Amino acid sequence: MKPSIKPTHGGHRPGAGRPKGESTKVIRLPVSLVSAVQSLRAAPTGAQVPSPHATSLKRPLFGHKVRAGFPSPADDYVEAWLDLNELLIEHKDATFFLRASGDSMTGAGIQEGSLLVVDRALEARHGDIVIAVIDGELTVKRLEKRRGKIRLVAENRPMHRSS
Amino acid sequence: MSFALVDGNNFYVSCERMFNPMLEGKPIVVLSNNDGCVVARSAEVKALGVKMGEPWFKLKALAKRHGILAYSSNYTLYADMSNRMMRVLSTYSPQQEIYSIDECFLGLDGFSPAEFPVMGQRMRQHVKQWVGLPVCVGIAPTKTLAKLANHCAKKDLAGAEGVCDFGQMSAAELDSLFGRIKVGEVWGVGRRLTERLAGLGIVTVRDLRDADAGMLRREFSVVLERTVLELRGFSCLELEELAPAKKQIMSSRSFSACIHTLPELEEAVSTYLARAAEKLRRQGSVAEAVQVFIRTNPFNQNHPQYQQAITVPLTQATSDTVRLTRAALWGLKRIYRPGFAYQKAGVMLMDLHPDGQTQGVLFGTTSPGRPALMQVMDRANARWGRGTLRLAVEGAKKPWQMKRDHMSPAYTTRWEDLPRVN
Repeated sequence: MKPSIKPTHGGHRPGAGRPKGESTKVIRLPVSLVSAVQSLRAAPTGAQVPSPHATSLKRPLFGHKVRAGFPSPADDYVEAWLDLNELLIEHKDATFFLRASGDSMTGAGIQEGSLLVVDRALEARHGDIVIAVIDGELTVKRLEKRRGKIRLVAENRPMHRSS
Repeated sequence: MSFALVDGNNFYVSCERMFNPMLEGKPIVVLSNNDGCVVARSAEVKALGVKMGEPWFKLKALAKRHGILAYSSNYTLYADMSNRMMRVLSTYSPQQEIYSIDECFLGLDGFSPAEFPVMGQRMRQHVKQWVGLPVCVGIAPTKTLAKLANHCAKKDLAGAEGVCDFGQMSAAELDSLFGRIKVGEVWGVGRRLTERLAGLGIVTVRDLRDADAGMLRREFSVVLERTVLELRGFSCLELEELAPAKKQIMSSRSFSACIHTLPELEEAVSTYLARAAEKLRRQGSVAEAVQVFIRTNPFNQNHPQYQQAITVPLTQATSDTVRLTRAALWGLKRIYRPGFAYQKAGVMLMDLHPDGQTQGVLFGTTSPGRPALMQVMDRANARWGRGTLRLAVEGAKKPWQMKRDHMSPAYTTRWEDLPRVN
């Protein structure tokens, strides 16, 4: 009997061969776009994947419900476009986006990775959530101004104590 | 008419500090492309005697001794911060001339001169609060004087708290102030001119102001005469609110390391050309000629030196990247010599005029290029980043590309780069 030798070439390669189903086409992509395209493919057919670089998304706001089947009787009733920027950003040139890390403000609904919309034009008042600099580090905390004293307070105590 | 000149203090440094407060109070410099020379210094670095434009490699010992931190220029960040600052300032006057990335003139027509200093303070606070950047304000009846007033505000020679209004000072006060400032601080008076003026005994701003304007025009230029008149308070320079369309567009860079072969140079030249052509289309122009140049490193005297440029005229003006690239590469082939270590290359689009005002061709037929294709390319590149759609000749890896080893993140323009807070 011959000893069996494990071949180092040939054989099965995972992912090789023509995929089954719909025919495919090879394309060349810049590396920076690969993840965007992959997320597009992973999404269910017909789903809209937002571009990571999208700037604004406007949706029509209708004054009443639309009925299907007719040329839309609602066409004359388009009232406005809803723009998230309008809702979240009051002073465009003073607004910066920051990313929260850590869990010091979970009590205020700010989780690890939360996107913070920060408006520098606003005067910081007692009770506001603010971005402050402590020892050269940016930090997000609740501002307390009492009797001329300023305190920055974390908010990560559990809301309900388990008994 | 009066003008305000608002100028960011150590603008690039301030932008870096805004998102990295740890840098506050530390000596930091921002370096030019390829981390070559110092283009911005913090006050701490200025105090160490580091000059503008000094090569970084010469500073390494000093940097180590004093803990100087160096940053590569992060123009994406600076441009965003600049736009914010300019828009905030535009609310103070209907007339604004954006003079450079960190300074702008404002026309103060129709405001009461008594209010100027208060207005200046308000501008400072507004920019500081909204954008986080410190600025100084100079106010005067001419642009040249406003520039000088800004210098005084910055160096704390006159005015108060970063605002200097020459209109609030008496003739005697201005006289003594101008007698203390070197003529080289005047807008448009460079180092050469300073030397020549010194030969005529003109050393201070006051000397220049009181010099014979007619003589200066004859000896130097009408430009210098105008400067003198402006120093005397006669406004000769108006606000240029709309930047005029460029007459030529240049795109050139030094390589991170020297390159030797034609294919590498072709990659570089076509990359620069794509950039220039995009700018060309943005201003709605077409070019009639393309210039290409290449050169070795003139500071590297031990190696053989070579530099050459060639201008390639086009039969028909165009803004089509493909056509412009073909012309540029044709030119490059003609000036390329093997056996040299090339350090820099560039292209210049010349003889520009608005699209649609072009001469037809005498021989052959006119063809409009591919405006639709170019449009798609520009849009895709604007949306997904530069170079997403490009000609294959630009190459993929671009090993010659700029060195930017100390670059801070694009804090305000990239989701992945947002500053993190604890």
